[in-house]
Amino acid sequence: MSQRAHALTATGKPFAFDAKNEAAFQKLLTQYPTPRAVVLPALWLAQEQHGHLTVEAMEYVAKRLEQSPVSVFAVVEFYTMFKTEPVGKHDIQLCRTLTCTLRGCEDLQGTIERKLGIGPGEKTPDGKFSFELVECLGSCGTAPMMRMNNRYWENLTVEKLERIIDACREGRDPSSEDFNRG
Amino acid sequence: MTPKIISERFDVKDNHRFATYSANGGYTSLKKLFAMKPDDVIEEVKKSGLRGRGGAGFPTGMKWSFIPKSNDKPKYLCVNADEGEPGTFKDRLILERDPHALIEGIIICCYAVGIKNAYIYIRGEYDFPLARLTAALEEAYREGYAGKNIKGSGTDVDIVIHRGAGAYICGDETGLIESLEGKKGQPRPKPPFPAIVGVFGCPTVVNNVETISALPWIMNHGADAYAAIGTDKSKGTMLFSISGMVERPGVYEGAFGVNLWDFIEKSTGGVKDGKRLKAVIPGGSSSAILTADEARNVKLDYESIAATGAMVGSGAIMVLDEDTSIVKALEVVLRFYAHESCGQCPPCREGTYWLYEIVHRIRAGKGRPEDVDLMLSICPDMLGRTVCVLADSAAIPAASYIKKFRGEFEAMISGAHAPERRLHPGGVNLESRAL
Repeated sequence: MSQRAHALTATGKPFAFDAKNEAAFQKLLTQYPTPRAVVLPALWLAQEQHGHLTVEAMEYVAKRLEQSPVSVFAVVEFYTMFKTEPVGKHDIQLCRTLTCTLRGCEDLQGTIERKLGIGPGEKTPDGKFSFELVECLGSCGTAPMMRMNNRYWENLTVEKLERIIDACREGRDPSSEDFNRG
Repeated sequence: MTPKIISERFDVKDNHRFATYSANGGYTSLKKLFAMKPDDVIEEVKKSGLRGRGGAGFPTGMKWSFIPKSNDKPKYLCVNADEGEPGTFKDRLILERDPHALIEGIIICCYAVGIKNAYIYIRGEYDFPLARLTAALEEAYREGYAGKNIKGSGTDVDIVIHRGAGAYICGDETGLIESLEGKKGQPRPKPPFPAIVGVFGCPTVVNNVETISALPWIMNHGADAYAAIGTDKSKGTMLFSISGMVERPGVYEGAFGVNLWDFIEKSTGGVKDGKRLKAVIPGGSSSAILTADEARNVKLDYESIAATGAMVGSGAIMVLDEDTSIVKALEVVLRFYAHESCGQCPPCREGTYWLYEIVHRIRAGKGRPEDVDLMLSICPDMLGRTVCVLADSAAIPAASYIKKFRGEFEAMISGAHAPERRLHPGGVNLESRAL
């Protein structure tokens, strides 16, 4: 249970799964014996579709699965990966647990704060980057590391991190460059 | 020569694809499996001595035998791929490089116990392992190794991948079950145990990825061959995730019964940059810590490590060198448990929070002379008093770091040591306090 507060956001517009997610949702209903068990996978679909979970999206998931909205809100609040506010285009999740701290994640935090001008839990004004410190991501053999753009960035150094951030800033895809070597 | 059981195919190119896996002997154990009676398979796994590799080390065959034989309710398998214990990164390698071994193991378990539905609960952050596993499962369905009437055997096993969403506590087996049911992952009081009332109110086996992945080898080579490796009570091999201040961190498979430090040194090349060894955390961050002397003089098996007060746990070995601040290390460990406490049991919710608060102020140079004993007095009230072992996982390291390195804590309180801003000379701490 994380201690952070979840700010709820509403769009004022109704939410519904698009055709692809509706098909995925229908398949999910056949894979579990209870509708409630579909809450997490359905929230994933909603979050992938909209980028974060709005009040409307959570209410929609609750309604489709015949759950009370509050039970769905409670689930969203419990899990750190469900976002109730928009995150940056590049959401930097820097690991701060033991091995990553031993191997220099504090330097990387300094680099992010200096280069982007934001601290943990913040977002750049242009919406390009958000930054959070997270607990162990299971990549201790390649520490220090971070997760960004749905992938891991491992064996980081200050220099490598700076190049990754620069690539994102300039609109290049850092995945196309070999940052995991050297 | 260390036998390779789990990591045998890790370096085979394209082993994550069905074609390569099956060309190299994958799925061959099923022929033998389907010729055996399910109860005989359980006996075989019991005889192998295989124990759960997720952390608790419970004998796998015995766990299966607790499932009622009657068929009045469906039975379920939950594969625990919610790898989250700090320092552990071995299931990730299995998922990425040998996902079909996991699927083959799932079929073995399901056949033995009479299960038709398996869920693989994978942690939400594991994007790449999830992609590999998803692709492998699609192949398995296409090739007839999942779904109805597997390879004409009359055995049905449906497998569903369930993605977690970021909560360490879902690695606890009943936390995982609650989460799979669509709730907050707050562990359940036991009894009833999952074998009787598990997911969806039905008998459930919860096994770790590595445990399940050992099954094809055991079926192919026999329980006796597996049991011949290791020690009398710690049989077979285990994947050890070795990280921290070593030359070559990584996942190394080892047989039980070898000297702990020898194994670390031979696998990783020893302490990074020729520094001196200060301490070893042998079984994930919830384990007690071992001093350099202890680490050099203990055998790597469940019983020998347990005799020191530490544990083999999930096989996550973290190495701390002479430059590491033990006070800061404990602060980082306790911050983790305070962050991950699910909040339902007061001894855990309050205990993890206060242990972290106190060690934080010691490290920040604001410690009080009574703080060391205050921390030690909190720990016993967190042991064995909660629904799951998360509180214990904070209290055990707290008590052991303080008892074995008390001088470091006292020096920081008395001012003999400057407040520690860094865990290691490698970094600059910017005083981020938010849990």
